[in-house]
Amino acid sequence: MEKTILDVRNLRIRYGGSPVEAVRGVSFTLGRERLGIVGESGSGKSTVGRAMLRLLPGATITADMLRFEETDLLALSEKEMLKVRGRRMSMILQDPKFSLNPIRRVGDQVAETYLRHFQCSRREAHDKAVAMLEAVKIRDPERVFRQYPHEISGGMGQRVMIAMMLLADPDLVIADEPTSALDVTVRLQVLNILDGLVRDRGIGLIMISHDLNLVRNFCDRVLIMYAGKVVETLKASDLDHAQHPYTQGLLAAQPRIGGTRQPLAVLDRKPEWLEESL
Amino acid sequence: MSVSVDVCDLSISFGSGATAVKVLPGVSFSVRSGECFGLVGESGSGKSTVLRCVSMLTDFWKGEVMIDGRSVRDLPLIERCRTLQMVFQDPYGSLHPRQSVRTVLNEPLVIHKLGDREERMRRAITDVGLPVSFLDRFPHQLSGGQRQRVAIARALILEPSLLLLDEPTSALDVSVQAEILNLLQRLRAERGFTYIMVTHDLAVVDHMCDRFAVMLRGEVTEILPHEAIATNGATHPYARELIGASLEYEGVR
Ligand SMILES: Nc1ncnc2c1ncn2[C@@H]1O[C@H](COP(=O)(O)OP(=O)(O)OP(=O)(O)O)[C@@H](O)[C@H]1O
Ligand SMILES: Nc1ncnc2c1ncn2[C@@H]1O[C@H](COP(=O)(O)OP(=O)(O)OP(=O)(O)O)[C@@H](O)[C@H]1O
Ligand SMILES: [Mg+2]
Ligand SMILES: [Mg+2]
Repeated sequence: MEKTILDVRNLRIRYGGSPVEAVRGVSFTLGRERLGIVGESGSGKSTVGRAMLRLLPGATITADMLRFEETDLLALSEKEMLKVRGRRMSMILQDPKFSLNPIRRVGDQVAETYLRHFQCSRREAHDKAVAMLEAVKIRDPERVFRQYPHEISGGMGQRVMIAMMLLADPDLVIADEPTSALDVTVRLQVLNILDGLVRDRGIGLIMISHDLNLVRNFCDRVLIMYAGKVVETLKASDLDHAQHPYTQGLLAAQPRIGGTRQPLAVLDRKPEWLEESL
Repeated sequence: MSVSVDVCDLSISFGSGATAVKVLPGVSFSVRSGECFGLVGESGSGKSTVLRCVSMLTDFWKGEVMIDGRSVRDLPLIERCRTLQMVFQDPYGSLHPRQSVRTVLNEPLVIHKLGDREERMRRAITDVGLPVSFLDRFPHQLSGGQRQRVAIARALILEPSLLLLDEPTSALDVSVQAEILNLLQRLRAERGFTYIMVTHDLAVVDHMCDRFAVMLRGEVTEILPHEAIATNGATHPYARELIGASLEYEGVR
């Protein structure tokens, strides 16, 4: 945690044509750690993630500070941003299949990520790509390499996105629901790979996830977002001792193995949650 | 308004000649009328493919799929849509980017000549926990979870008897998931819906399903009652491993 990789202060984002801000004053710092972001669907988690890469066409982003390592992200030209995006800072997007080009083979797109960032031959890039598909536990990587995005399964799509990120070898990874379509066994293997990056390479990792078990067991700290604000920040191991009623409501709404099968607890969303921020 | 489903020796290959791959070698299972049946298993094992075959989105399979004793191939398109609906794993792909939510929900009502359209749309959008004002939004203006809720509303609007749900709640936060799961439970109790539900979350299976099948590389390894999760009562090694890993992941152990 010695080094601050990301410093975000009072981040505000408004989509073009929208009367209200989707993100309303979010602040956090990230070191060499695994930071979870959980929160209500539509609370602005993906918007915060995309803002770090300035991937929000038509939206207005303001902040008192938006610093990545030594770089002021808001001051960069689009051309300079291109050098940061993908190579130094990489995002695994929530909709893998939508993020891939539908008319190009999956493997070519993975190999291209490597070619874009490193000097090497096509053959070398191909081999790197296949090896990386294998590393993320895709069965029969040569076959998947030749498939088109609509021909791969949901969980294969997520792992293709992770493989592309790994090949770029960035310092900061923003993973938006990276493992939601993976069975638990493969999910644990993929989480292990991400863990290794934080441990061995000292990257910063932001994990946006709805999976409370995942953030509890895999992250160091957790931000909880509600309606465009951070309502609570917790050590991941303290998640079960959350103070904010939204977080408590989330924990209560989780179905559990061996549970009663009675209707699940639902949240009574209070209007005052919109205004407070801890 | 309840139907049973019998899947018998369903098989499918993609590609042709030397590069052909048999994705499902021969899947069989039966779902009772009004049952909630889970499909779990390895990523890439063919769960979504099974749902696509049952719904006839993919139609070049072999074997037999019977809905209430009638081959799904014999159901005329209109009747098929009223009988079964699917919620897709990838909500962005399944919503047309240039169609507003209103258009998405209205279209099936027009095709099936149903009245009270405005009322039905309002109810469907409210049922999935979204404000009525969202009827005028386009997919790119919605978060991942909001898109998934629109997809669920679209499936519900024709009040089908059989819902094929492909990870319906994995893009939702657990509080919205709870609302959707409660809604699905209520519809099942009130209207006798039958569900086939793909998920990676065995806690959701235990909460919702009567029985579930565990798939590995295109095959059903074992069909188990939901009670077998908490005790890990599986006998097939992969099913045991998967349930064991899930128990550990949930911190049940
Ligand atoms: N292009 C856009 N134009 C207008 N509003 C948008 C746009 N994109 C997103 N929004 C709105 O901004 C809010 C935040 O969206 P965001 O995608 O960041 O949510 P999220 O927290 O990632 O949710 P989820 O968990 O469902 O993915 C939502 O209410 C959404 O409807
Ligand atoms: N149109 C297609 N052409 C070629 N192969 C396909 C096609 N559709 C599916 N497959 C292959 O079938 C296999 C099963 O895919 P499917 O999407 O059914 O898996 P899944 O069990 O739903 O996985 P996940 O949990 O990751 O969503 C995969 O190996 C996939 O590549
Ligand atoms: Mg999102
Ligand atoms: Mg699938």
